[in-house]
Amino acid sequence: MYAPEFAYYRAGSLAEAGQLLQQHPGAKLLAGGHSLIPLLKLRLTTPPALIDIGRLDELKGISVTDGRVRIGALTTHAELAASSELAARCPALAEAAGLIGDPAVRNRGTIGGNVAHADPASDLPTVLRALDATIAVTVDGSERSIPAADFFEGMMETALGDHDIVTAIEVPAASAGQGQAYIKFSHPASRYAVVGAAASVTLTGGTISTAAVALGGLVPVATRADSVEQALTGQTPSVDTIAAAAAAVSADLGDDLIGDIYASAEYRRAMAPVCVKRALTAAVERAG
Amino acid sequence: MHVPVTITVNGQRYEHQVEPRLLLVHFLREVIGATGTKIGCDTSQCGACTVLLDGVSMKSCTALAVQADGYEVTTIEGLANGSELHPIQDAFWEKHGLQCGFCTPGMILASVELLRTTPDPTDEQIRHGLEGNICRCTGYQNIVRAIRHAAGTMAGQR
Ligand SMILES: Cc1cc2nc3c(=O)[nH]c(=O)nc-3n(C[C@H](O)[C@H](O)[C@H](O)COP(=O)(O)OP(=O)(O)OC[C@H]3O[C@@H](n4cnc5c(N)ncnc54)[C@H](O)[C@@H]3O)c2cc1C
Ligand code: FES
Ligand code: FES
Repeated sequence: MYAPEFAYYRAGSLAEAGQLLQQHPGAKLLAGGHSLIPLLKLRLTTPPALIDIGRLDELKGISVTDGRVRIGALTTHAELAASSELAARCPALAEAAGLIGDPAVRNRGTIGGNVAHADPASDLPTVLRALDATIAVTVDGSERSIPAADFFEGMMETALGDHDIVTAIEVPAASAGQGQAYIKFSHPASRYAVVGAAASVTLTGGTISTAAVALGGLVPVATRADSVEQALTGQTPSVDTIAAAAAAVSADLGDDLIGDIYASAEYRRAMAPVCVKRALTAAVERAG
Repeated sequence: MHVPVTITVNGQRYEHQVEPRLLLVHFLREVIGATGTKIGCDTSQCGACTVLLDGVSMKSCTALAVQADGYEVTTIEGLANGSELHPIQDAFWEKHGLQCGFCTPGMILASVELLRTTPDPTDEQIRHGLEGNICRCTGYQNIVRAIRHAAGTMAGQR
């Protein structure tokens, strides 16, 4: 399959990428290309130009300051999955990154491209919603931070403007007593999420002081499961409390669930409490 | 628009003017004539087009040639040392890890990646490592056996 013609510019710096975006209206940024190139080949998008930011070292790598983990936009899924720093501080994110696609996909796909593309079947937006991450975005040299809750607006829709570049993702580091997990029911060919559930649970003196649960795959945009969270807070974790809380997820699912030839909306609706229960069980175990 | 690229494939430098939309797999097969790399699905699912970019596996149907500019690409043609097969090639032969052979170049390069990151894999790790590679005839059992065999040979060579 051949993509339509486009012009190609390789940015040598973040500042240059910003200028190129201004100079070429309608241009798209190219990071790992693992969502954009398939779209181009299918001619679902026909930008006049691509601006390749894939070699900008300033957007790569993971650093930790004051309890916040900052992940450069160009950090690949393979790097996320292999990072011991991430495994210690944002274990659900490392776990989810390791479940993306397959090894070759993980070597190319980037966290910045993943959030900017905002595919409902992606894994990382779900985890970032559960962990209250923020997305750092730059335009004209000034950086702003957008909470994940406001960043993901809809199916492949984000708060990004035409000239915005995602520079980093920031996630609060896990504190003592906090356990996290990501559970995914994958599509057998693409391995995208049919249903994904991220959970973070903090235990204080044997009771659940805070619980954060998010869902992806079956909903148009990664969503927090408020009813599940409320059902857990203040409870002593047990098989029964977890099962009851997971069952409450039905109240958090609207009537706009995704279905396709592989998995119908009804099937996904039935899978949601199963994935939530497994994620909570693992998170509680790791918290204790 | 054409842009200049310099791509080293299996140790040999190639300089060409290419359209930005040229896929790396088409650069390999059509521009320089290295047809060992196959195109199966053309939608980044089957892994037939897997090559190494600076030693790291990627699907060349989902990369532009311009993204490989300045890098080194390794294809199936670059694995053997003269007439001496790479241990993974030898193991696929030894353990009958192929039937029609269409998936084999990609399977072998994905195996190079697997044994780079996990030199002594369990069968489960082998199966996960090959998640992105589909074979429609051998049936995987012998592919897993071949990789286990290759891991042993390569451990003996270190
Ligand atoms: C076969 C296959 C299986 C996959 N399986 C999964 C899966 O299981 N789970 C999952 O979560 N993902 C999956 N993916 C998606 C993949 O892993 C990447 O996350 C995704 O392709 C986006 O990252 P990228 O770097 O490739 O972005 P690109 O394709 O380069 O870009 C995607 C979009 O984001 C924009 N963009 C990129 N970087 C930035 C930036 N810094 N700032 C602003 N905009 C930007 C681009 O302009 C483009 O519109 C899969 C992909 C493939 C091909
Ligand atoms: S041809 Fe590239 S993955 Fe199938
Ligand atoms: S040997 Fe025929 S597809 Fe794998």
